[in-house]
This record gives sequence, C-alpha cells and structure tokens, in this order.
Amino acid sequence: MPDRVALVTALQGAGWHPAAWRAPDSGVERLRSLRHWRDVIVEQDRLGIDAVTVEDSFTAGPIDDDGALDVTTVVGGLDALLVTAAVAPATRQIGLVPTVSVTHTEPFHVATSVQTLDHVSSGRAGWRLQVSPSVREAALFGRRTFPTSTSVPDAATTAALFAEAREVAEVVSRLWDSWDDDAIIRDVSTGRFIDRDRIHNADFRGDFVSVHGASIVPRSPQGRPPVFVLAHRADAAALAVDVADVVLVTPGFDGREARALVSEIRHLEQADPSRASRPVVADLAVLLESSSAAAEDELAALDAAAGRPYALGSGSDAQVLATTVPELVERIGSLRDDGIAGVRLRPLRTPRDSTAIARRLVPALVTAGLRADVSSRPLADLRTRLGIAPAVSRYARPPEVHA
Amino acid sequence: MSKRQVHLAAHFPGVNNTTVWSDDRAESQIAFSSFEHFARNAERGLFDFVFLAEGLRLREQKGRVHDLDVVGRPNTLTILAALAGVTDHIGLVGTLQTTFNEPLELAKQLATLDHLSGGRAGWNIVTSSDAFHGANFRRGGFLEHADRYTRAAEFVDTARDLWDSWQDDALVVDRAVGRYADRSRIRTVDHHGPQFDVTGTFPVPRSPQGRPVVVQAGDSDEGRDLAATRAEVVFSLHTEFEDARRFSEDLRDRLQRAGRSQDDVLILPGATFVLGDSTAEAEERGRAIRRAQVSPATAIAFLEQVWNRDLSAYDVDGPLPGVDPDVSSESITRGRVRHVRDVEALVRGWRERAEAEHLSIRDLVIEASTRGGFVGTPEHIAAEIDRYVQTRATDGFVVVPHTNPYGLDEFVDRVVPLLQERGVYREAYDPDATLRQTLGLDSA
Repeated sequence: MPDRVALVTALQGAGWHPAAWRAPDSGVERLRSLRHWRDVIVEQDRLGIDAVTVEDSFTAGPIDDDGALDVTTVVGGLDALLVTAAVAPATRQIGLVPTVSVTHTEPFHVATSVQTLDHVSSGRAGWRLQVSPSVREAALFGRRTFPTSTSVPDAATTAALFAEAREVAEVVSRLWDSWDDDAIIRDVSTGRFIDRDRIHNADFRGDFVSVHGASIVPRSPQGRPPVFVLAHRADAAALAVDVADVVLVTPGFDGREARALVSEIRHLEQADPSRASRPVVADLAVLLESSSAAAEDELAALDAAAGRPYALGSGSDAQVLATTVPELVERIGSLRDDGIAGVRLRPLRTPRDSTAIARRLVPALVTAGLRADVSSRPLADLRTRLGIAPAVSRYARPPEVHA
Repeated sequence: MSKRQVHLAAHFPGVNNTTVWSDDRAESQIAFSSFEHFARNAERGLFDFVFLAEGLRLREQKGRVHDLDVVGRPNTLTILAALAGVTDHIGLVGTLQTTFNEPLELAKQLATLDHLSGGRAGWNIVTSSDAFHGANFRRGGFLEHADRYTRAAEFVDTARDLWDSWQDDALVVDRAVGRYADRSRIRTVDHHGPQFDVTGTFPVPRSPQGRPVVVQAGDSDEGRDLAATRAEVVFSLHTEFEDARRFSEDLRDRLQRAGRSQDDVLILPGATFVLGDSTAEAEERGRAIRRAQVSPATAIAFLEQVWNRDLSAYDVDGPLPGVDPDVSSESITRGRVRHVRDVEALVRGWRERAEAEHLSIRDLVIEASTRGGFVGTPEHIAAEIDRYVQTRATDGFVVVPHTNPYGLDEFVDRVVPLLQERGVYREAYDPDATLRQTLGLDSA
C-alpha cells in the first residue's frame, strides 16, 4: 500500500541554493566521497522517505554573464547513476532514482545500467528521464550540433529532441521486457542455460534510434523500473504522459497552479484510453527552520551571499519555500486536495534541510495522517511504494488454462 | 636483492564455457550477492583488483541466441560502483568499449568510480567494429575495421586530456569570499581529431588517482602497440610458460620503441586453476571440470564454430565429422572472438590427433578447448606462479575460477598463504593505497 502522500527528496550538490555550500556545516569538502552520499541517503532511507532523485549533468556547472564557469557556486559533480549504485547496498527501503540523459547516452546503456541498479537494489531503481537541450553539453560530445547562436536550441531542434526522447523511452522499455521472468532454466539434462524462446529482440527502428537485439541483462526485479519525467513545460508534459510512470510538476511555474497542472495531465491521458492515470508529484524547493522568521532570515542570508535571490523564476523552476514543518505539512495537505499524489522536495541546503525533511517532516506527516509510521511499512519495490501497478511484460504469455 | 612481487587479479566468471553453471554450488550470475561475495573474497586474498567483462549483445549461433553457456550479465560500471560500496581496498576494473561509448561520458563515469572508491578504478579498453554489436547502438557498425585502434587510441588520449583538465588543487572552497573553485586551475578541453570533437569543461573534478588505471587485452599487432603506448596493465592470453615469456619479450621491445620503461606496464595472463591434495587428485578434478565444461551440446556447438556449418546430426561420442569446414561463408557465430587463422590446418591437426589417440568428438573438444591454467597441489601452483614472476615471464596472473561465486575461495585459502610464505606476496594492503599504488605504478 502506498502512503497517502508520496515523499521524494531531490538531491543536488550541497543543496539547491547556489550559496548553500558556504554554510560551515555544508560538508562540501566531502561532496565527491561515497561517505557523503551514503550518510545523506541512508538517513532518508531509515526515516522513511519513498525515494531520492539524484541530479546529473554533463557540464561542470552554470556559467556567468561572461560565459565563464560560475565558481561562486559548486562546480563539478559525479555521475548520478553510479552514485545511486554505490549507495544501494547500504540502503534497504528507499527508491533510487538517478537522472540519465536520453539525448547523449546510448539507449542500450541507459537500459542496462538502470536494470542493473534494479538488481543491485532488489527492485528499488527508478529513472528520471532527462532531455538535454544544452548547447554546452552537445559540444562536450561533439556528435551533434544544435543550430543556434544562444545557449538554447531553436524550436525545431527542441521538438526533434523530444521526439528522440520518445523513441529512447520506447526502446528502453522494450529492452527491459526483452527477457521473460523465467528465461533462465539451467537445464542440465539438455545443457541449456536459457530457454531462448523466452528472450525477445527489441527490434526497434526509429528515426533517431535503432536497437536490434535483446538486453544483456536478465529481467530485473521490477521488470520496468518507474520512469520519472519533469513536466514543467507543455512539450515535457506531453512527453511525460507518453512515457512516464510518475509525472513531476512545478506548481507556480508560468503562473499555473497545482489543480490546473493535474487536470492538464489528466486531459492528456484521456487522449489514449489505454493510459492509466499516473501519480502527479509536485516539486517544491524548501528551507526548513523552527520559525517562519528564522526561515526567511536564513534564505535572505543565502540570497545575500549569492548576490541574487533564489526564487521561482530566478534560478528555480520550482516554488521556493522558506518555512516551518507545520506550514509545509499544511501546504502538502492542500496540494493533495488539488489531486497531487506526492511531493518531491528539493532541499535548499544539504544535509541541513534533507535532515529536517527526514527527521521532522516525516513524523509530522504521520501525525497529520498523511503517511504511515515508518516501522509499519513492509519492504516493497519502488513501483509498489509509489502505487504504480506491477509492470506486465509486453511478451507475457497468457496464463495456462487448466480444465 | 628482494624477490619480485606477485600481482593477482580476480576475473568474475564469464559467459563462456569456462564457467561451469551446472555445478551444485553455482549461483546467479546477475544477483548482486554473487558479485559481493566474489569481490570480498578476492579482497580477503589481498588481490590487486577484480575484473569484470562487458556484454553489448547476446552471443548468437546459427542465427539464434547461444543458449549453452551462462547468458546475461549486468552493466559493468553499475556493478563496479556497487562493489565500491562493499569493499575497501581492492581495485575495480571493468571492460568498456571504445567503439560504442563517447570519451566525455566514459571519462565522467570512470572519474566518478574513482572518487566513489577512493582511487580504485581501472578501465580495460576493448575495441570492435562489427555491425553485429553495432546493431544495438545509434550509429550501428559505423567503424571501419582498420580504424578500431585509431579510435581507441584517440579515445584514450581524449579521456586523459579530460581527466588532466582539473588541477589537484582546483577546488579552493573559500567560504568567506564565496569562491568555490579557482577557474585558472580548470582547463577548457578543446580536442579536435579524426574521431572526436570535444569542447568544454570536464564535469568531474580531479579524482584520487588523477587517471584511472588503463588495462589492455587485445592480442593483435595493433592491440599490442596500443598496450605499449598507452596501457599500464596488460591482460594477456599467453599463459603457458614459454608463450608467456615470448609475449613479455615482445611487449618489452614495443615499450622500448615507444620510449617507455618496462616497469611502466604489468603483464598479467589469464589463468584457470584446479587444486588437489595430490597431483593425481588435481588431475582427476581437472578431468571432471573439463567434462562439465564441455557438455555434449557444447561439444557440437564448439565444432560448429570451427566448421562453420550445422553438425547437429553428429554423435559426440563418435569420430570427428568427415565433412570439411565451410571457410567461404559468413561466420555462423557472432558476438565472440575466435583466434583461429587457418581453419583447414587446424582441422587437419585435430583429425590426425583424434585418429592417433582414439578421441571422440567430445574428447577432442575437451582437449582442444582447455584453456591455459594450473593443475596441481597448492604447493605446486604457488611454486609455478613464483617461477613465472621471478623469471619475468609475467608479473602475475588474472585468476579465472570455474564457478560463480565460490570458485576463487579455495585459491585464497590455500595458494595465497603459500605465496606469502615465499615472500612474494603482500601480507596486508597499504590502507590508503590507490589501485595505482597497489600495482606499484607511478602516479598519474
């Protein structure tokens, strides 16, 4: 049984605020160590967060007005999928959802690495599918050029990137289904390790991507780990409805509120009757203190350190809340009334706010009746945890009928 | 003068018939518990590194997935990262293709693995160009066969350029001033070559080893040159003593021509092992393992790979097929490398041998497909390893067990202590050593 409100923590560097690293307790010196990531994620795991997402980028960080690397904030990071894999053996319950690009990473590598993460975590892997429309990322690969003079490609290029993303999602899904659950037979009498009739080629030929064979990885515990797509724009929302199991939205962005965002997704879903309605999760950037005044002061101090405010439309595509735990519980409750299935919280400061989410927000949500007590939660895979139906393979054989 | 030290690596059992999946104690080739046991056991044995191969397409024979060996394996980098979380000292080395990856992404992943493992990452470069593997990737079989090593060399050079672009002290983390990094210590990479154009700032700060250790396993002339110019460890196929010595001499010549010292590269041939309390017992165990490796169906499949035609009608306990090999058609086997240059001569030799020794198809395949390795008492095997290393035939071995995941355990229990007694093997890891230091290589 999923909880009444799903709770996801979005991890990025020292936190989402560009000046978060300057706090004495930011631990930013350890940011590239396994110990740092293990400490942060194990805390989220023990205290009952449903999943963590980990951001990824092929660039070293943002650039300043002169086009040079902006070194007033954290630059350089690690590969998100490998971070989650390294942490997996130390965690027990939590979903691990790395960001992986569909623009540059080969679909075959996406499929096998997420499947392997699912094996390593016994069914707790997810994938935040990301389109990379950045000219700087493209230049680091050198395989494709975007016709543009600015940092973002033109509309036609963007449309092609989204079309490509659909193909990649489709081929990854086929690769995930390519081995039946029972393909490995280890039949000593005939010398056969597998029943090859239970392995299926992806056999996908698209305009952007082609993959012929089956995955090299046997079917993973979840079969198809849940796919997350951030739908902060109309083209991304359409992509999300086509390929995602969980839709992330950003209430307030472009002046659209949660209720409108949920109905947009439901409307898009209705275009295809075979589509189930999927969880819509709201992204919020949060800074938590014991009083509203203290929270506002802390945010003001961070903004002053950064030399610019961090707010919706100013460095953030999600609402930025400097708030208290009770106020956040109230906000989450009202989002739920708007049809939102859960929240993905972006801690402005890691570990300070990620710790507050785990230690203080979770119990408050339990008290408010929005979450079950951690100790009463049975082990479950990530799909179950998020209330998504089990993945039935497209090659599943109908059950045998016994007369 | 002190004795030369033995270096050992542990090869996770692979997807060929060396691995006996029918063994009673064989476990899943995909469950993480298998990898965890294997790596922890190798670490208990103070090995330099664990080694994981890579798969990019399921092998096929006669147009269908080959079903007689272990089939299916995990993504290499993902498993190595997870192993970083359950081990402390042992190196983590994986095979990663230069043909179906891009330098920026692979360099980023390897640098990440190096950070997460505290400096224990290594990369075994392999190349291919065939359309069979290419069919699983965006660009298909895009590379001319002759360009495989051109691309590999440029790939490695580009990756090194990326790894070297952040200075060790680039991150200044000055909280008071608000300066996280010193831009002047981060170089923008601007590589333009026949294979790659890479422009921009590498996303990962300098990792503990600076550059992960580069391993090379290709045996062709171009492969050996790539090893001589760019590798730090060579995983060779040449296990038999004289063969190993010739290979090492050849590689040392190439190193000299490339302007490198012979100490810049460690040569580690792959080697299987069979232990027994007596020589006779080890030989008996060896025969049983070889029969398990070559099931009747595997014997026919093996001959079909050489004959390049359907031989399913033949009796494995009968004589070799009278029909001649088909050397003109496209290979019926795809996704594996066979090192056979003159098939007709090979088959002629086999026929003569089978006739003289009264060998059936299965017997012959058992004889012909036996891989180089050690069979004997622990004392014998330890003495042999020591002899190879002291005479500079090799620097050690990549040990290839027959079963997953417990196959290496008895080597650790019984051979490692004898190597230690001989004074040719470490008693403990240096607690803070990177893989580069464990291998005794210069820092990058």
